[in-house]
Amino acid sequence: MANIRIRRAVTSAALAVLVCCVVGGCSIEPWVKPYERDHMADKIMSLDPNPVSSAYIDHVHDAREGARGATGGAGGGCGCN
Amino acid sequence: MKRGIVGLLLLMLASTGVAGVLPEDRADVLLHSYDGGGVTIQGPSLLVRKQFAQKFSVSANYYVDKVSSASIDVITTASPYKEQRTQKSVGFDYLHDRWTMNLGVISSVENDYSAKTFTFGVSQDVFGDLTTISLGYSLGNNEVRRRGDATFHDTVKMQSYRLGLSQILTKNLLVGLSFETITDEGFLNNPYRQVRYADSGSPIGYSYEREIYPRTHTSDAASLRMRYYLPWRAAVSAEYRDYHDTWGIEGGTFEVGYTHPVDRWTFDGKIRSYSQTKGNFYSDLFPRSHYQNFIARDKELSTFSSQSISIGATYDIMKGGWKFIEKGSLNIVFDHFMFDYQDFRDLRTIAATPGTEPLYNFDADVFEFFASFWF
Amino acid sequence: MLRAFSIIVVGALVASLAWAADAVKGPAPGFTLQSRDGNRVSLAEFKGQVVMINFWATWCVPCRQEMPHLEALYQRYNKLGFKLLAVNVENKSDGVKKWLAETPVSFPVLFDTKSEVTKLYKVETMPSTVIVAKDGTMRYVHHGYQAGYENDYQTEVRTLLRE
Repeated sequence: MANIRIRRAVTSAALAVLVCCVVGGCSIEPWVKPYERDHMADKIMSLDPNPVSSAYIDHVHDAREGARGATGGAGGGCGCN
Repeated sequence: MKRGIVGLLLLMLASTGVAGVLPEDRADVLLHSYDGGGVTIQGPSLLVRKQFAQKFSVSANYYVDKVSSASIDVITTASPYKEQRTQKSVGFDYLHDRWTMNLGVISSVENDYSAKTFTFGVSQDVFGDLTTISLGYSLGNNEVRRRGDATFHDTVKMQSYRLGLSQILTKNLLVGLSFETITDEGFLNNPYRQVRYADSGSPIGYSYEREIYPRTHTSDAASLRMRYYLPWRAAVSAEYRDYHDTWGIEGGTFEVGYTHPVDRWTFDGKIRSYSQTKGNFYSDLFPRSHYQNFIARDKELSTFSSQSISIGATYDIMKGGWKFIEKGSLNIVFDHFMFDYQDFRDLRTIAATPGTEPLYNFDADVFEFFASFWF
Repeated sequence: MLRAFSIIVVGALVASLAWAADAVKGPAPGFTLQSRDGNRVSLAEFKGQVVMINFWATWCVPCRQEMPHLEALYQRYNKLGFKLLAVNVENKSDGVKKWLAETPVSFPVLFDTKSEVTKLYKVETMPSTVIVAKDGTMRYVHHGYQAGYENDYQTEVRTLLRE
């Protein structure tokens, strides 16, 4: 099934990242500088601008569908401080 | 997996650096309305969040569902009813260096079901704040009762494990991956719902009996999401979620959205498509009584699809501030859902041969009106 | 799937521990930038004075919170030989000018639209504050802004003014 192939690909990628990190000594410089975060800091790029609304609509979905979980998300933003 | 999560937690705690930021102080008042398939649900949702001492953020939410149900299940096997569900939750965020910890309690009560859930989460920004790693755990204890049957009482224990990774790939592109495994134990079905089985002795050709569900359920969900900033100041988003569980249900969700700001307005549009295959022990019509160990006729476990479109508008108010309020917004969101069932039939129609009734489908309209204030 | 994911997460965390900040030492790199009056301003002009270089942006919440404190600091110590240069890191200056019209500050605001000075000073956090002594060497660096930092700024500025 496609699922197994995808899982194998992700595991290989994961191992590659880890090996690179350990062997390479890992001096990866962040490629988006803190002063280049203007777009990320824009409110339209927020993953969850209205928590009260997203919580409600997630509930509407969960109550009627068999699937549940993996709906949250954090990250992006201005990265200040 | 549990040892892995503890290990990750320790690694995150060991990492130090400069501090992050807590969520903004705000208050939101939402009015919600759902109307579809013979069910109407309305109510408010209030949310308040406030920071203290630059290290803590406390939030509280009060949510009510006033339900008026004459759904397909209710009108074919029972009578329409009204009830109210009230949910209160409190959350506590603590910021230390680059990591944020959150604790929460959610309590939900209705006349035949009560749920209490504790949640815990940790998140950390690494790689010059380009990467956010988060872990979460929840534990829930629910009590199930049945109206009109004082002798019935059972419980459900729920645990959820969450892992999230979000990555800023370019100045304009944010992607996120998240995983969630949920396990339930206990009385997992609706205590009123019935299955139907072919019964030549019955005038309509079938009879009802109570559902019997397994006492355990484990599900895995994985989702990939992205958000991209468009050059003319707009954003496009996409999300895909894959779901499967020990009951044999496989579900896939795909959603795309577009956000466009114009002066004080912001417009959002989304299209969402969900489809799932049926659970192992689901059937619209069993061949005979107690056909197998587990029997269910909950349309949530059937093969179906749900398509929806959503449009929303936000208007910024109080831009210059007003007393202690920094800014505010007025919002309206409208969602239209179309549910189509492949193996759940509409029993409001009596068919000559049971099992040939038309397949069920219904549309639902959801409205949200809310005002948000930041202070 | 979960195992693969956990490996990526561990890798990211291990790598993050390895990535460390560079210490800021030595003479403050010289630069010349356009100020909001239209003049070109150079760091060299202020040799002999205590200079605070603050890197900020209108989209950065802690930067905006810090502004009133920087204004108070400037008003208090400017006549005693203290200069504050607020270097804005945004690519376009129009939005910044509009913001300054609503929230006026009296110290010079310079536009680093090409991010040259930001790169020169290896800015790794928003906001960042570098305090330069009268002899032109960098003495104090602050990453980010939290309530109470303004007290540290005051102590450091007074120490350097006494030199």
